[in-house]
Amino acid sequence: MKTTPSASSLMSRENLYFLVLAALLLLVFPVLLDAFRLNLVGKYLTYAFVAVGLVLCWGKGGILSLGQGVFFGLGGYCMAMFLKLEASSPEATASQSTPGIPDFMDWNQVTELPWFWQPFHSFSFTLIAVVMVPVILAFIIGVAMFKRRVGGVYFAIITQAIAAILTILIIGQQGFTGGANGITDLRTLMGWDIRSNEAKTVLYFVTSGLLLACVLLARHVLGSKLGRILVAMRDQEDRVRFSGYDVASFKVFVFCLAAALSGIGGALFTLQVGFMSPSFVGIVPSIEMVIFCAVGGRHSLLGAVYGALLVNAAKTGFSESFPELWLYAMGALFIAVVLAFPNGIAGLYQRYLMPLEKKMLGGLGKAANTRPTAAARRMEETP
Amino acid sequence: MSTSRDFILTVEGLTVSFDGFKAVNDLSLYLEHNEIRVIIGPNGAGKTTVLDLICGKTRATDGAIRFKGQELTRMKEHQIVRSGVGRKFQNPSIYDDLTVFENLEVSYPRGRSVMGALAFRRDQQVLDAVHEVAETIFLADQLDCRADLLSHGQKQWLEIGMLLIQKPDLLMLDEPVAGMSVAERKKTAELLKVITRNHTVLVIEHDMQFVGDIADRVTVMHQGQVLSEGSLAHVKADPKVVEVYLGH
Ligand SMILES: Nc1ncnc2c1ncn2[C@@H]1O[C@H](COP(=O)(O)OP(=O)(O)O)[C@@H](O)[C@H]1O
Ligand SMILES: [Mg+2]
Repeated sequence: MKTTPSASSLMSRENLYFLVLAALLLLVFPVLLDAFRLNLVGKYLTYAFVAVGLVLCWGKGGILSLGQGVFFGLGGYCMAMFLKLEASSPEATASQSTPGIPDFMDWNQVTELPWFWQPFHSFSFTLIAVVMVPVILAFIIGVAMFKRRVGGVYFAIITQAIAAILTILIIGQQGFTGGANGITDLRTLMGWDIRSNEAKTVLYFVTSGLLLACVLLARHVLGSKLGRILVAMRDQEDRVRFSGYDVASFKVFVFCLAAALSGIGGALFTLQVGFMSPSFVGIVPSIEMVIFCAVGGRHSLLGAVYGALLVNAAKTGFSESFPELWLYAMGALFIAVVLAFPNGIAGLYQRYLMPLEKKMLGGLGKAANTRPTAAARRMEETP
Repeated sequence: MSTSRDFILTVEGLTVSFDGFKAVNDLSLYLEHNEIRVIIGPNGAGKTTVLDLICGKTRATDGAIRFKGQELTRMKEHQIVRSGVGRKFQNPSIYDDLTVFENLEVSYPRGRSVMGALAFRRDQQVLDAVHEVAETIFLADQLDCRADLLSHGQKQWLEIGMLLIQKPDLLMLDEPVAGMSVAERKKTAELLKVITRNHTVLVIEHDMQFVGDIADRVTVMHQGQVLSEGSLAHVKADPKVVEVYLGH
């Protein structure tokens, strides 16, 4: 295996950045932030799952999806259905005309749990569904579009349409989905109260841990030949096709992977926020998710995480003081990023901070280089 | 007509119609093993379209393309490639954001499925193949260079290298020396001579000097049809060819 010196130092640099993020999520935030703020960060991080997926499929593969909210929402709804069933035990819903079904069903004169709700009594089924429902939908969309060579703007518009359709469907089928209010009043996960501060802290750590694992998974995929094929497809799709690859199957794969990540994010969102509603599924949230990724830097997995954190923090801050201005600010931000910083925060970092850091690390590196040899000598001296 | 068994590629009655306009019209072509065939002809004669039809980029309206006993007109593009047809595009098509090494590695014919690509390992076999091809295409010293930093000529060579590493039986090159300097043309002619020791090559080219250097046989196309075929001297002396080129 040939590794050039620059490649190996790049690897260790990547590891360093990853460790910095891990320390930030697992140590710095929990120490510095109170339970309320930590829960907010945990919520932001669930969007980072989507943003990481977008780096894979948009940044690397060149497939822009404006419908990632669909997969986020499906993952979130799967989890919400499980939690809702648990909150709708016959005892807890004794006052309803049909006890044992979710309250919104009762309000809508539904008298029996619909068939597609039944399996969500099982937690293991729910966990599988959180990933597989988004993946199956992504697979169907992917095969239908990519095998027909639908790409670029057309694909983006179609994903956008799907986001709109799903929102309308959810809102329209109030008796089965909770409608515009969504699925609310979620309380416990297998008897464990998810509304307490302790639970929220635990869920924050679960989210952080899973996010870091997903970043590693994504890094592994990008590090494989598949990652280079994605970049190659973005650069010259025909060249890849006429090098013997079935381009569509690679697109389907990466689109499904991004959907799976979004679904996991959605499920964690539901757990931490305690409800799920169509407002996280449709066109606006889907576009916001693309903005998180673009601001962070669509070529950088870690950049996407920071993008999700920063834009969401800005959104919270902004909406607290000028709620009506947020959409405009978001639009302006997106245009600014696209026009001026196409590689987002990660690009700015590489351009302006990395040279500085190199200078500093260069000095440190020399010092560090002498240390191991000294240590090695000492080891040899000790019998 | 001789039996198709003697030929690696047999094209018969090939026709493609774009909204009624026949870019290729009832064209037949027979390539022998390890032959270098050059297609020449004025702009718009349909030369590029013929290559598009063979590699599956464009679907034929009519006619047959048999390659090593397989009918290509019904196969998917990647299957045609896997059966041994390599095609270089007119404008250099390389992966700008990857290094020369990675460009060649991605083209290496192993791990072409999704799972295969995930499991692909950069082993000695791959390294050897990449280095060997890089040597052949004069890019051994540029392996770690990003492909978009190469000169135009080097990009053309890289794309040829990306085909060579796939070890195709038939290599189709669309104007490989267009835009090259005189020195680069010479080197490319050498390169093609090396390549053709064990490949059948179908080249589209305008540069007559270059054609004379490499061609075994020349096919002249005009308005989607074969106007003349034979040695370069033969087609140059053909009155029909003279007329088309002088009238042009
Ligand atoms: N996909 C297409 N749709 C419509 N017309 C095409 C298409 N491809 C090629 N043509 C037309 O077919 C003719 C032959 O083109 P081409 O094969 O590129 O010529 P050459 O390579 O000999 O210069 C041209 O008139 C071109 O405009
Ligand atoms: Mg042409």
